[in-house]
Amino acid sequence: MRSCVLLACVPDTASVIKLGAAGNRIDEAGIKWVISPYDEFALEEAVRIKEAGSGHVTVISYGPDRVQATLRDGLARGADAAVQVTGGETTFGNALAIARVLAAAIRKLGGFDLVWAGVKGVGSDNSLVGAMVAELCDLPHVSGVLKAEFGGGKVVAHREVDGGMEVIEAPLPCVLTAQKGLNEPRYPSLKGIMASKKAAIQTMSVADLGLDEAALAGAGCRWRSLALPPAKGGGMILNGETDPAAAARELARLLREQAKVI
Amino acid sequence: MAGILCVIEQRDGTIRRASLQALSQAARLTAPTGAAVTAVLVGHGVSGLAPSLGGYGASRVLVADELRFARYTPEAYAAAIQAAAALVVPQAVFMSATTVGRDLAGRLAARLGVDCLADVVKVWLEEDAVVAVRPVYSGKALATVDGGSSSPVVVTLRPNVFAVEPIAAAGTVEPLSVPEVAVRAVVREVVAKESGELDVAEADIVVSGGRGMKAPENLALVRDLAHAMGAAVGASRAIVDAGWIDHAYQVGQTGKVVSPTLYLACGISGAIQHLAGMSSSKIIVAINKDPEAPIFKAADYGIVGDALQVLPALTAEVKRLKAEG
Ligand SMILES: Cc1cc2nc3c(=O)[nH]c(=O)nc-3n(C[C@H](O)[C@H](O)[C@H](O)COP(=O)(O)OP(=O)(O)OC[C@H]3O[C@@H](n4cnc5c(N)ncnc54)[C@H](O)[C@@H]3O)c2cc1C
Ligand SMILES: Nc1ncnc2c1ncn2[C@@H]1O[C@H](COP(=O)(O)O)[C@@H](O)[C@H]1O
Repeated sequence: MRSCVLLACVPDTASVIKLGAAGNRIDEAGIKWVISPYDEFALEEAVRIKEAGSGHVTVISYGPDRVQATLRDGLARGADAAVQVTGGETTFGNALAIARVLAAAIRKLGGFDLVWAGVKGVGSDNSLVGAMVAELCDLPHVSGVLKAEFGGGKVVAHREVDGGMEVIEAPLPCVLTAQKGLNEPRYPSLKGIMASKKAAIQTMSVADLGLDEAALAGAGCRWRSLALPPAKGGGMILNGETDPAAAARELARLLREQAKVI
Repeated sequence: MAGILCVIEQRDGTIRRASLQALSQAARLTAPTGAAVTAVLVGHGVSGLAPSLGGYGASRVLVADELRFARYTPEAYAAAIQAAAALVVPQAVFMSATTVGRDLAGRLAARLGVDCLADVVKVWLEEDAVVAVRPVYSGKALATVDGGSSSPVVVTLRPNVFAVEPIAAAGTVEPLSVPEVAVRAVVREVVAKESGELDVAEADIVVSGGRGMKAPENLALVRDLAHAMGAAVGASRAIVDAGWIDHAYQVGQTGKVVSPTLYLACGISGAIQHLAGMSSSKIIVAINKDPEAPIFKAADYGIVGDALQVLPALTAEVKRLKAEG
């Protein structure tokens, strides 16, 4: 099975987000960049499939040079090859442009049975790129996969839907997006980390893919501005240590009479 | 004047409330200009639901009622919405950011060659632009975004953020003809969850438990309160990872994003990744024995105390108030 895994390079989920000078981006000073958490599940599954039989795993990331560390992390966790599509500053957050670039890279590299993505890239929080890549590559997709079994040129995938669990069958090649619960991702081994440092990363530009980044950026969404959410605070906090029942009654009263929510 | 096409989701013969929220918002946005709101309903045996949509602002309802749409599949549904968009030529396509809506939006947008503004909490129309505010970085920032030169712009609206507004109006109902398309990813079966449980992502009230509930059996206290309030149950990742409850209930960065009217966090510290999933709730209540727990910074109301003692008392009081009416 030949898989590719789309890795988004995102701020660590524990990062404190501050506004950058440009007004529509975050301040990147001090941000630790990591593989987007859902993409870790995707990568782990692709590596497990390879280990269970045979195959090859390529990790692909579109972005500026910091994605090289993301790709090396992917190699350290078991990927065989890594591809950086350079650029991405002007198409940031623009799912359509990102999907067009990634779909073009997937077609150029060719020969994948499976394309893995995360169900959501944390940061952009779009949950769009996987299904968009599928449509642009004319492939079926299953999003939010919790379990996948392969055989006879097909995948049988389980996904959670509102109210239950769907079992979906699709022919390969296919795009799958990984949901938490699919597996428990491994930590990279020391040996893997050492080897990944020396590994070669193939690079290609958006122009190499026959696309124009400026045109792509204009066709999709633009981040006009970024703001921090209004700080809360000054909530009404009751002491329930001595008389929990009295505090509970007071809370219920406040929720009914003041907040009017029960 | 191009209007809005609103995708209506139904489940088991009932229109989802989240879709009515999206439809009402479309009606509010087009009211000043008189631009049309068209609803599109896809399914099997759903025609009977169509007339009611006029009462939420759809002047026209397109219905694709065929066996091949009996179950949601992104390929078939995207083809149906594409056919509706070709008829209406809207400025925007609205749908709710439910599991289905979020899955469909990407495929539909790519098929139309346009972008999508995902999971928005505010949306408005400008002369040549659809503009929205969406939480990004797990709610740690709010981005104001527009769809660039995308036309139409696909927009998914976060459930429970926009009000449903019935109006005294009716819409015309027309069948929608959808070309045959290859559906490669097919649903083999659907395994239903235990019945009677509300889905946490859509509920108006959510009561969540965390590690402070001390033991899996104590989650009964959370469930009891949820029952008394007509709420859904949620969970922190700590207790999902500990195996106390299924991941379907997890709220947060790697779980569900919820936006209920009322969110109660019981024995939850309020880690940044948990806050990511619930900080857009309208009223947040924290019950935690540690007055320094970060959850209190996000809370509108709180009790510093032992959840194991506070919850039964709160449940009893809620039942009493409900009985009073
Ligand atoms: C990449 C990543 C993704 C993550 N995604 C999520 C996510 O989606 N959702 C999520 O929730 N977490 C997520 N986390 C985990 C998160 O960082 C926290 O570890 C988790 O939320 C903690 O759960 P908790 O509040 O139940 O437990 P704890 O942090 O252990 O807090 C327990 C709380 O209970 C209180 N307490 C103890 N006893 C009592 C009592 N008797 N009565 C009342 N209060 C009591 C304590 O004071 C404490 O505040 C993620 C972490 C990472 C790194
Ligand atoms: N710049 C990128 N490079 C590689 N993969 C990406 C990129 N952006 C998004 N993805 C993939 O698409 C998934 C969904 O991203 P999003 O639609 O932004 O939420 C991510 O989890 C990644 O797998």
